[in-house]
Amino acid sequence: MLLSATPHQQLSDQLAGEGVNLKIGPFHINLTSTLPGVADNLFHLYGAYPIQSSTELIDFYIQLKAPSAIRRWIRPQATFSFDGHLPFKPLPQRQSFAMFEWGLNWCVANNAHQYLVIHSAVVEKNGKAFIFPGTPGSGKSTLCAGLVSQGWRLLSDEMALVSITTGLITPIPRPISLKNESIEIVKSLSNELYVGKPIHDTAKGDVAHMRPPQSSVEKNDVQATPAAVIFPKYRKGAHTELSTLSKGRTFLKLAENSFNYHILGSMGFNVLTNLVEQCQCFNFTYQNLDEAYSTLGNLINA
Amino acid sequence: MHEPIQQNCLTRFLRNPDDEAPNFSLNEWQLLFRESRRTNLLCRIAYLTKQKKLLGYLPERLREHLISAELLASTNLRSVKWEVIQIYKALSESKIPFALLKGAAYVMRQSEASHGRLFGDVDILVRKEHLKEAERALIKHGWFGTKIDPYDQKYYRTWMHELPPLKNLKRQTDLDVHHTILPPTATIKPDIHKIWQSSEPIPGYPGMYVLSPIDMVLHSATHLFHEGSFDQGLRDIVDLDALLREGSQKIPNFWQELMARAELLELSRPLYYGLRYCKLLLGTPIALEDCELRSYKIAPPALTRLIMDKLLLKAMTPNYIGNKPRLLGLTQFILFVRSHYLRMPLKLLIPHLLRKAIKPDT
Repeated sequence: MLLSATPHQQLSDQLAGEGVNLKIGPFHINLTSTLPGVADNLFHLYGAYPIQSSTELIDFYIQLKAPSAIRRWIRPQATFSFDGHLPFKPLPQRQSFAMFEWGLNWCVANNAHQYLVIHSAVVEKNGKAFIFPGTPGSGKSTLCAGLVSQGWRLLSDEMALVSITTGLITPIPRPISLKNESIEIVKSLSNELYVGKPIHDTAKGDVAHMRPPQSSVEKNDVQATPAAVIFPKYRKGAHTELSTLSKGRTFLKLAENSFNYHILGSMGFNVLTNLVEQCQCFNFTYQNLDEAYSTLGNLINA
Repeated sequence: MHEPIQQNCLTRFLRNPDDEAPNFSLNEWQLLFRESRRTNLLCRIAYLTKQKKLLGYLPERLREHLISAELLASTNLRSVKWEVIQIYKALSESKIPFALLKGAAYVMRQSEASHGRLFGDVDILVRKEHLKEAERALIKHGWFGTKIDPYDQKYYRTWMHELPPLKNLKRQTDLDVHHTILPPTATIKPDIHKIWQSSEPIPGYPGMYVLSPIDMVLHSATHLFHEGSFDQGLRDIVDLDALLREGSQKIPNFWQELMARAELLELSRPLYYGLRYCKLLLGTPIALEDCELRSYKIAPPALTRLIMDKLLLKAMTPNYIGNKPRLLGLTQFILFVRSHYLRMPLKLLIPHLLRKAIKPDT
């Protein structure tokens, strides 16, 4: 059953009780929360996700809750707990959904070493996956949202899960996290995109989440072959261009952008070597999304 | 030692993986997975499952996590070895002999307890007269003191058995430098010279030692009840269990030697508790009868033992996943206070805890 098919009250009750079992990419998550707004955000952003029956093994038990009774009334806070362990300090309660997203990233980056986890957006078209490693401010999420609005499949806005056995990329399509100016840019792309209410003044500025397309969520289990590694850089007034990046340089930059390269040891080296060898590698400067679509579209068709 | 205790999936599996694995339900696997991750024992489960060829019984999803845990453990092992060599380089340059304690020692001795274990900080022992020099040598090689608050500095240097914790600037790894195994303020005062006398060199690294296997057991048991944190309690019991099993196989007359040594070092009481909870929680085969333990006059009075059982077994069993036992927080607090009480007299302890309550570490 899809989450969006669950009546709102039932969803809230389930969140407050035994939790909602969601399949997000390869992971099974059990989420409990009594905080206001979590059910709403889930409904709007995770509506296309299947709810699992309770007989499946769960990878991550996640709980969002208020840290103490007093803090329920005075400057309410939210804590993120991963199976009883609190990896972060509490945040203001209005940031609780962003906290869920960041917390889930943390869970995957720290516990899923069956993948090389690279901090990047991944989209796919015609069976070819493009990896956009993200340095903050590079415009990776905006580009990712734009390509997705053009019908590219979203594998992830945040992390490439590269299998250490096959080298294929496992999708983990989740809401795209948009920051500051990019919120309005993405909203203006199409009326069909759903972008949630911005959360102001987080550690990353204003943050809003875009709902992933249903078609991408449905292909949850379809892995993709990496075809290109592209380091994007948005620059106003710049000439839009792809410039080839050496494999060695790409390797180093990817290792730097990996959450667990150091943990995988020689295995990480081999996985990354294979990845870089089978991919075309570029630096990509773009001045607007339309030019980006056409340049990257040409690359896919080449 | 026959009081019934509530077993959970983790202790059941650790006791007897061969018999439990084929019969675990999906729900039991789930609990085992959560309990072991929560107590930092997932890597140990990964090791045991592989070593005992039980992978076939595992649900597919859990297998993935064990692959992940195994990788994490092997990386962790590699970095501990590297860290030990860096410490060795820093101290051997100044010709300061030192002994590895706990995890790092298990690794360098390739002891059974090192398999599938996650390591946090490295602990070493240097002689008191070398303490200042060791600190200087380590600072010269990139370590720095983390507790810069003057109160903490004084607390460590005056009352504790170690330097304020050091951190390596480049690698951000933690190092504790001890000069004895218990604070000088503790009621029991094991003679550190005797421990040094029986320490053993590590081949290939002149000046680097580990405690004798028997002293390692005693130190592990002592550490268990004198350190404040019990969320790692079961991990420490697993260490002790592995050391006991290995010792009893390799050392002739092991149990008698262990008892005698404990008496000599005044560590009979911590050993008693260590053996008791290993047996209760993990069914460690201990070739000593209860009456034998008593005849060594090391058992605490019945009431004390009863209270300790209540407190410890509650604090150490991770079945707070799903149904958290009542008063777990209070139990852990009492044990925390007790561990401090064992470390220092009340006239030092009360001001210290008050200060930490008002001004916690930042």
